[in-house]
Amino acid sequence: MPKIKAPVRTPHIDMTPMVDLFALLLTFFMLTTSFRPSEATVIDTPSSVSEKVSPEKDVIIILVGKDNKVFLNFDNGKDTAVLIRKEVLKKVAEQYNLTFTEKELKTFSTWASFGMPADKLKAWINTEDSKDREAFQTGIPVDSADNQLNLWVRFIRLQNPRAEVAIKGDGEADFKTVKHVMDILQDNKVNKFNLTTNLMKDEAKLEE
Amino acid sequence: MAEIIQAEGKQKGGKKKAKKFSTHIDMTPMVDLMCLLITFFMLTTAFSKPKAMEITMPEKDDIEQKTAPKIEAERTINILVSGDDKIYYYFGLADPKLPLPQLISTNYSKDGIRKMLLQRNILVFKAVKELRDKVIRGDEVMADSTLTRKVKELKKTVDPKAPIILIKADEKAKYKNLVDIIDEMAICTVANYAVVDINDLEKAMINGTAVSTPAAK
Repeated sequence: MPKIKAPVRTPHIDMTPMVDLFALLLTFFMLTTSFRPSEATVIDTPSSVSEKVSPEKDVIIILVGKDNKVFLNFDNGKDTAVLIRKEVLKKVAEQYNLTFTEKELKTFSTWASFGMPADKLKAWINTEDSKDREAFQTGIPVDSADNQLNLWVRFIRLQNPRAEVAIKGDGEADFKTVKHVMDILQDNKVNKFNLTTNLMKDEAKLEE
Repeated sequence: MAEIIQAEGKQKGGKKKAKKFSTHIDMTPMVDLMCLLITFFMLTTAFSKPKAMEITMPEKDDIEQKTAPKIEAERTINILVSGDDKIYYYFGLADPKLPLPQLISTNYSKDGIRKMLLQRNILVFKAVKELRDKVIRGDEVMADSTLTRKVKELKKTVDPKAPIILIKADEKAKYKNLVDIIDEMAICTVANYAVVDINDLEKAMINGTAVSTPAAK
């Protein structure tokens, strides 16, 4: 009697449920995702118990890096409804006798935070490679001799008077720099600031 | 990756049968791709929205015009924030013409500045906590905005002797220190506090070089 050979089969796993699950997860993540805006510098915000959500619309974000460099971001991302970036850049350029082409203005309006003296802006916008571009991010001059942040803030506020200010400072930044930024803002009649923080629960307990 | 199709038994001289392909689609590449995409989205997603702490600074013009409200010295606690996470406080007023108040060094821990603040602010803290606990337990039902308003009211009315905190940071302080101390105000439900500039006398007090010159009697 010949042996009955069991037919050799490749083990096959039915992947359909797995694919279903993955598709579901993928859809979920794609719908809920809000991309982290790429910022000019890495900022590690300090934590607080505040549960107020940072404003998303009409906000001027001033970033203070670990090395006390100041960067600016406004009318970007979710609140592009007002489209003032071009106008503000034009106004600032006027002050420094610079001219920007329509293409350069458009490029500028799509990018996020920046921090460089006004005369470097053109070179920054025209640099194709994003790695090379990072080298330009040296911070906006804030000293009294050439207070460019003041200028930016003033023109933004003129274009969009509703704009609130959020200060996103690194925990290791010097208080002096932050204070200086606040002073500049107060000169522009901004007396209310949102300090961006991470949420960390903490509660005081009474000793019985 | 492809399935190995078993060769049918050799059929000598028989009719050539068209090979039957299974209608099974190999999903592995699809799964691979999805895995990759999910990983990408998971990593780039920012789940927690950034929070913000609101502070309102006194208007500059007010300070210059001296219209700033006068504050009672006995209610005042001055908190001096310095570098290396050092923090000091003193009560009342530092006046070069009067004997200097004692400068007390403390820290950011639970037994440090918080203990002192709680002690001083105990009436307000208890009242606010009681209200919040009631809401949590469900004894009282109110909207978040109502709760916020009521807490504000309590802060104003409960204790007429509640402390007024003046936060002063020197050049060596880090931004983190400022956030921490303002945060401490929120934790201890301090109603009145302001961030103000430090003066030279207070800087000297931190350095331990302050000298008072009491007016000769």
